[in-house]
Amino acid sequence: MLKTHGKRYETSRLEIVQRFDVLLVIIFAGVLFSGSSKKIISKFYSFELLEVCIHRVRSCSSIRFIKSKYVCVFDKSALKFSHQQRLFRTSAVSCGQIVQFKLSDIGEGITEVTVKEWYIKEGDSVSQFDSICEVQSDKASVTITSRYDGVIRKLHYNLDEIAYVGKPLVDIEIDASKGVAPEEDVVETPPMSHEEHTHQEIKGHKTLATPAVRRLAMENNIKLSEVVGTGKDNRILKEDILNYLAKQTGAILPPSPKAEIIPPLPKSETLPAAPKDKARKIPVPVSRPIVFSGKDKTEPVTGFQKAMVKTMSAALKIPHFGYCDEIDLTQLVQLREELKPLAQIRGVKLSFMPFFIKAASLGLLQYPILNASLDESCQNVTYKASHNIGVAMDTEQGLIVPNVKNVQVLSVFEIASELNRLQSLGSAGQLGTNDLTGGTFTLSNIGTIGGTYTKPVILPPEVAIGALGKIQVLPRFNGKGEVFKAQIMNVSWSADHRIIDGATMARFSNLWKSYLENPASMLLDLK
Amino acid sequence: MVLQSSLKNCLQLSCILRTPKAGFRSTTSGSLIIQSISNDVYQNLAVEDWIHDHVNLENRQVLFLWRNSPAVVIGRHQNPWQECNLRLLRQKSIKLARRRSGGGTVYHDLGNINLTFFTTRKKYERMENLKLVVKALKALRPQLDVHVTDRYDILLDGQYKISGTAAKLGRTTAYHHCTLLCNADKFVLSSVLKSPYKGLKSNATPSVPASVKNLFEEDPSLTCEVLLDAIAEEYATQHHIDHHITLINPADETVLPGINNKTKELQTWEWVYGKTPKFSISTCFNMVYKDSVLDVKVDMDVKHGRIEVCNIDLPEQWLPPALCSELVKSLVGSKFCPNETTMLATTLLRVCPQDDELHNRWSLLCENMVMLM
Repeated sequence: MLKTHGKRYETSRLEIVQRFDVLLVIIFAGVLFSGSSKKIISKFYSFELLEVCIHRVRSCSSIRFIKSKYVCVFDKSALKFSHQQRLFRTSAVSCGQIVQFKLSDIGEGITEVTVKEWYIKEGDSVSQFDSICEVQSDKASVTITSRYDGVIRKLHYNLDEIAYVGKPLVDIEIDASKGVAPEEDVVETPPMSHEEHTHQEIKGHKTLATPAVRRLAMENNIKLSEVVGTGKDNRILKEDILNYLAKQTGAILPPSPKAEIIPPLPKSETLPAAPKDKARKIPVPVSRPIVFSGKDKTEPVTGFQKAMVKTMSAALKIPHFGYCDEIDLTQLVQLREELKPLAQIRGVKLSFMPFFIKAASLGLLQYPILNASLDESCQNVTYKASHNIGVAMDTEQGLIVPNVKNVQVLSVFEIASELNRLQSLGSAGQLGTNDLTGGTFTLSNIGTIGGTYTKPVILPPEVAIGALGKIQVLPRFNGKGEVFKAQIMNVSWSADHRIIDGATMARFSNLWKSYLENPASMLLDLK
Repeated sequence: MVLQSSLKNCLQLSCILRTPKAGFRSTTSGSLIIQSISNDVYQNLAVEDWIHDHVNLENRQVLFLWRNSPAVVIGRHQNPWQECNLRLLRQKSIKLARRRSGGGTVYHDLGNINLTFFTTRKKYERMENLKLVVKALKALRPQLDVHVTDRYDILLDGQYKISGTAAKLGRTTAYHHCTLLCNADKFVLSSVLKSPYKGLKSNATPSVPASVKNLFEEDPSLTCEVLLDAIAEEYATQHHIDHHITLINPADETVLPGINNKTKELQTWEWVYGKTPKFSISTCFNMVYKDSVLDVKVDMDVKHGRIEVCNIDLPEQWLPPALCSELVKSLVGSKFCPNETTMLATTLLRVCPQDDELHNRWSLLCENMVMLM
């Protein structure tokens, strides 16, 4: 019975783990039966199998010895197990050996260092070469890496304490079966604190590599299955990865995680992906069986996100209605082309926004209710005298809405230069409180990124907002019934239906539209 | 001049750097002198990381020469608020970087040269490296009064610091880098390295301030190029290699695969500010509002660059207590950063009564809070 079992269990680890219970029983029975001094040879079972069993033994809090039933089945001669005394203790809480990892020599005759940062805590699993802590001595910062695979059982120093060379730094409980071999494969271990594994099983064949090598491959977006291993059992060594990279002359490495499975990068390396990246990623068809072991990640909501949560939750109380329209900007596009170089000479970058903002202000003069504020109890409406028009800005950290103050007394050029100032401060993250408060009306030019019609959300305490789509060249009919090329932009307004009605919004929008479609008409009303 | 670069050299470098055991395809099997063509502090620090992680230094050593556009570089375990004037840095668009080696804070600009000596951990010897630099300087100008102190500084005329040192030791490799002041802007240096932040209590490594002088002031013919050349010459002699400097581009992924990720990591907020050891602020400031002066007391604990505990003591009823506690609640967990604080404070204004008086007081408090960051 055992012989047939033996052949089967060399195939895959998964099967081994599944048959664990039977084997555990067999091993223990064998120990009991053969006496404590006999050896349990892993003749029929692969070394990995034994590791797995030992691992499970370690993690069991109590082990019951099953006696007589199975004993009779075994043929003693076929059963030669090599027994490592330290493993099978009767008190089976932890069967690993606790090793005191001492602080090794730093060099230059240094005897003491200060512990500055711990990368692990008690209870964490570590692999050989994982970073344990950072110590500092006289302007030198030293990264201490682990010599063993195991579990951290004790940290001998707290942060900022002085550690001594030659004295224990941490206690590590190691897998006694593995000892301190230099390049050991790692058995299925509980989730690591700072490293995620993807055991790449391609066609049932496991790739062998130490965690340090896996990390190197991961950092360079290399699939271990594509690297030829030159170590024992086709193990992939660090040199193999470097050789593989050397062959990739001229190859452009993929910049970000593809649709295929790459282990998620540690948090410090992942930047919030800009919308541009998402737009350019093309899904890659995958044709082989995938094992996805990524994990959900939960983070607290802070900073810009928190601010957005507050604002939008408050906006919920406002009953929104929407009104959309399409604007023919053909004439404005031409005008801007003429004025751009003039503004450039004065040192200001002229976009379309200053025109949109100024037109909005002229419209607000006729429909001041759109520049108002409704109080908490909905008892009073305050008509704001200043047109402080907010401009939504997308920065690295998130959405920010600074406003241009008193647009009603500013020229288009002045608005443009103020916008330039706000934009440079915004991208440097240096906007002040004055720039971010006091807004009365908002415009969002989402069209620079894309889109046509949107449904913008009003930013309290304001009562209206407009979102501008992208400018597209579309065919339209002119007065004579001929088709011509028109520069069309869509606008989507949202307003507070408690104090603003559809008709008001529509008339405001028409007025704003007429100023932009015929820029010369703005001259009539400019103050 | 001595600097040579060609595509051939770059490829040669990549071969040298990445075939540890297979034997060297280059003619010179020995140490290497490389120089960065970039002045970006993050890119150059990333090159140091890359060499530290990927190059086998068993049979050779590497000297890396680099210069940066204006930047302040703090040590691995330092507190930027304690070390420099962050407000001034932001105003002048001077970059802030945290390196991986220990030591104190330095100001870099194009008038300062940086030298990194890469060796195996066993061959880590800072004194030898600094003596090499002094020897190179003396060979150039024998009358220069320069010597190495036991704190691993190089002093000019016995009193002015012209070079500071820091080091990083890994499992198998180590590097020692130092600065050398040729012609840096001393005025900017002294103003940015003075911290205006009061009431900080921290276990972070403090810097030791020193009087500095440029070598240029001692002898106007000593330019950065001249000094780089002299040091390379001395290194070449001592390591028995050709006086040949290979140029590298820190943005080139083909020569340095994975370098751009390293560069990006060094620029993240989590690395630059988030790696600050836990510290606390206990300070008070005066606010002048209309005709009265108000005392405000602020206590904060900051861990990983984020506010863990926050306490603001205002004169009673000057601001609605509910609003103040909302502010404190929002600040907890957010970055100790003026931009975020401003964002949060101004957002809170949106949801409270639209009262000009309230807004003015709130803005005043907010501006003063931001001054602490």
